[in-house]
Amino acid sequence: MAHYVPHTDDEIATMLASMGLTSLDDLFETIPEALRLVADEGPDGRERHLRIADGRSEFEVVDELGRLARRNAGGLVCFAGAGAYDHESPAAVRRLAFRSEYVTAYTPYQPEVAQGVLQALFEYQTMIARLTGLAVANASLYDGATACVEAANLAVAVTGRPTVWVSRGVHPRWRETMRTFAAGTGHRVVEVDLADGRTAWPDGADGETPGAVMVATPNHLGCIEDLSAARTVADEHDALLVVVADPVSAGLLQTPGSLGADVVVGEGQPLGTPLSFGGPYLGLFTCRLDLVRRLPGRLVGETVDVDGRRAYVTTLRTREQDIRREKASSNVCTNQTLIAVVCAIQLAWLGPAGLRELALRCARATRYTREALCAIDGVEPLVDAPTLREFAVRLPVDPTTVVDRLAEEGFLAGVPLGDEYGTGLLVAATERRTRSEIDAYAAAFEKVVR
Amino acid sequence: MAAPGGRATSIPLMGRDNEATIFELSVTGRAAWSFRDQDLPEWEAADLIPAEHLAPEPPLLPEVSERDLVGHFTRLSHRQYSVDLGAYPLGSCTMKYNPKLCDDVAELVGLTSTHPAAPDHLVQGWLELYHSLAASLCEITGMHDATLQPPAGASGELTGLLLMRAWHADQGRQRTKVIIPDSAHGTNPASVTLGGYETVTVPSDDRGCVDVAALRAVLDEDVAGIMLTNPNTLGLFEEDIVEIAAAVHEVGGLLYYDGANLNAILGVTRPGDMGFDIVHMNLHKTFAVPHGGGGPGAGPVAVSARLAPYLPGPIAVQVEDGSYAWATPERSIGRVHGWYGNALALARAYAYLLVNGGDGLRRVAEGAVLNANWIRHRLRGAYDIPFDRPCMHECVVSASNLKKRAGVKALDVAKRLLEEGFHSPTVYFPLIVDEALMIEPTETESPQTLAALGDALVAIAEGASEDDRAAPRTAPVRRVDEARAARTLVPTFDARPATEEEP
Repeated sequence: MAHYVPHTDDEIATMLASMGLTSLDDLFETIPEALRLVADEGPDGRERHLRIADGRSEFEVVDELGRLARRNAGGLVCFAGAGAYDHESPAAVRRLAFRSEYVTAYTPYQPEVAQGVLQALFEYQTMIARLTGLAVANASLYDGATACVEAANLAVAVTGRPTVWVSRGVHPRWRETMRTFAAGTGHRVVEVDLADGRTAWPDGADGETPGAVMVATPNHLGCIEDLSAARTVADEHDALLVVVADPVSAGLLQTPGSLGADVVVGEGQPLGTPLSFGGPYLGLFTCRLDLVRRLPGRLVGETVDVDGRRAYVTTLRTREQDIRREKASSNVCTNQTLIAVVCAIQLAWLGPAGLRELALRCARATRYTREALCAIDGVEPLVDAPTLREFAVRLPVDPTTVVDRLAEEGFLAGVPLGDEYGTGLLVAATERRTRSEIDAYAAAFEKVVR
Repeated sequence: MAAPGGRATSIPLMGRDNEATIFELSVTGRAAWSFRDQDLPEWEAADLIPAEHLAPEPPLLPEVSERDLVGHFTRLSHRQYSVDLGAYPLGSCTMKYNPKLCDDVAELVGLTSTHPAAPDHLVQGWLELYHSLAASLCEITGMHDATLQPPAGASGELTGLLLMRAWHADQGRQRTKVIIPDSAHGTNPASVTLGGYETVTVPSDDRGCVDVAALRAVLDEDVAGIMLTNPNTLGLFEEDIVEIAAAVHEVGGLLYYDGANLNAILGVTRPGDMGFDIVHMNLHKTFAVPHGGGGPGAGPVAVSARLAPYLPGPIAVQVEDGSYAWATPERSIGRVHGWYGNALALARAYAYLLVNGGDGLRRVAEGAVLNANWIRHRLRGAYDIPFDRPCMHECVVSASNLKKRAGVKALDVAKRLLEEGFHSPTVYFPLIVDEALMIEPTETESPQTLAALGDALVAIAEGASEDDRAAPRTAPVRRVDEARAARTLVPTFDARPATEEEP
């Protein structure tokens, strides 16, 4: 057993004696006897100790986790996306992110000794706000899906209208998450169909007036949406426009804020976080300044200390669950600080030119991959709309079979699309994918679909 | 007690100078990035994307060299207190030392490079980890089944309430109220509201526990359930828990266990044995996932058999041939996270479970409870102790006597303690204690550190004077103006007043 509890037997005995106790069991005297676990069978004959094996050395544990790690096919050349992308992670970002001062700090309740994390979050907020073209960003949420949930909550609170129109271009799992939480808040999530890869907004005031319209760009099929059309729809209903944006696309595309978005949310994973089997990821959340008092989660502000020195602190706390309790509009407490700090470091590593180059290289790899696949007999684009880092293809065979067969060739071929979009495969290509990888992938692909 | 052998060492080194923002370090044209040669056609943006979507310029990010970048974020790290630097007795947050082993595990390439949408047969290691971890967490809590999906404790709370809602809906009765004690964590009432319920608050009695008579008075068939943490936020075990459980169950309500304080009872007692139906666990507290400045965390939810069909899917199951697969329970409330929750945090927690083992987990609880009781004894006389009974993993003391005597509030004590090289306890929580200081030493602090912490707190109380309002004098900044931050909101570098002089 490892020794993370440092007390020696002598120390334990001395401490107990100083309190007039004789054994460690005495510490638990307030727990009714019938509820206590014991090492052996209890008086009722039931086993009442934890059926968990005794502790092992850290070396054996690393071996065991290594065994599990080897049972995952993580080494495949990745053409899968669907909300999780295989980007580069530079050494400087990784090393800084693993600094124990960042890893083992807690929520900055004492700002005087938390200026490191607070300033890093202030810098993160600034960069995310710039990326989306809006005035204010929070210090992060759990992931893209929960950011969508919080955006709906904010929009409903602001407009007083519980209906949210959500484009089917928003990630299907994120929409499912919105439906889960709508069971508690009583919101109505109305899904809006796509036509040829882009949202086909309904005409006129059909049904309940929405409090928000939500659209993703690039959307789940990889297509860049027409945000001005979405803005017009939002204006017709006096609703908020919530845009789910890909932060990498900010390197090339106009910001959603400049196109009229009131709230921009998204998944920050592509900026410095490894695939990690889906988490921890990073929920991005930005909005107009006048909505700041309804912003979910934490917000860091700049201020001064008593000596007039620049300082940072979590602010507008009166919105939060620890103060407003049942009147709070969000229960978010923990956020993704460490991942947000990583994101800020990654964005500073990229700078404007690097972010543009990153987006451009993704777009090039995507175009090249798309052309290579669509040159294969029977493979054709599922929709025809401009894409950035991801596209959908229709196949003459079951996409699941393609993924299984290509895994044997060393590729993660993509993500099979659900029935909602028609049978197809969603394929992503990042700046990591090279011509030789893509050529080999296309050649293997051709063998499978032939 | 006299501390035998060894010396307490918990004085961190922290920079005193302001650190410029990364934006102020920026120099136009400077760069750190590089990318591999893709050997692809050098299409320009306009060749790839219609012009109407393109921005003339990318966003104005900082332009720094790698050396500047590393210098900046390293210097910022020197302005940050953390568990690895010193003791962090922040009650209710359980800031314990985390084995470095867990950091290594979180860097295993076979775990970090797995795409979450990969088919089941390509992620057998992850699925096995999920399956084994869920089984262990069920064993520890005495529950039947678990979801590892909620990415934080508060997310677990809301998941639990939605489970409660779905279960009641299937029982055919619409219930409207959830009961919480007045000592509850603030997330509880917020989660209750977002779960679509009305909060009913019950008072604590003079022992600091739920007033059972008051609870009985509000129990009726509109009650969906009760949310409790046990030990409660005063660090006290709810001795009447069996009676409370029976009373709530009698009116058809469910019991929700807020697992924020699970640290205290690992291997000692189990929420399931107390009668709870739903349990969330803050793995970042009890199972030592580092808190990362406030996150990421992980908030798995375990439930009794009757609630298992409602759990968020997918859940890792073992199938007939011994392999693992994702499966969604038949009456699932749906998913609560885009993927499967914070997988790498779960891997850390799993490593922590394996290295401690069943025997080690009990030792964790014993160490935590021993330390908390010892510090409670040490502080007697110097501070008021409103509920001076055997406590569990944390204790709550009050600075109200210092406030009366010397005008020194709990906040001043907290700031003075920073000067002494310790992080502060939680202040002003729970709300039912005046000038509360909530101290949780955790099991990983040695008797020497504990003695030094006790000495420092007693010395602060004994020397309490108006001077304490100047603390902390040794931190990077001193008494941050929180009111100004809220009044003149500066949420980004771009929102700073143009005329502001550089401090």
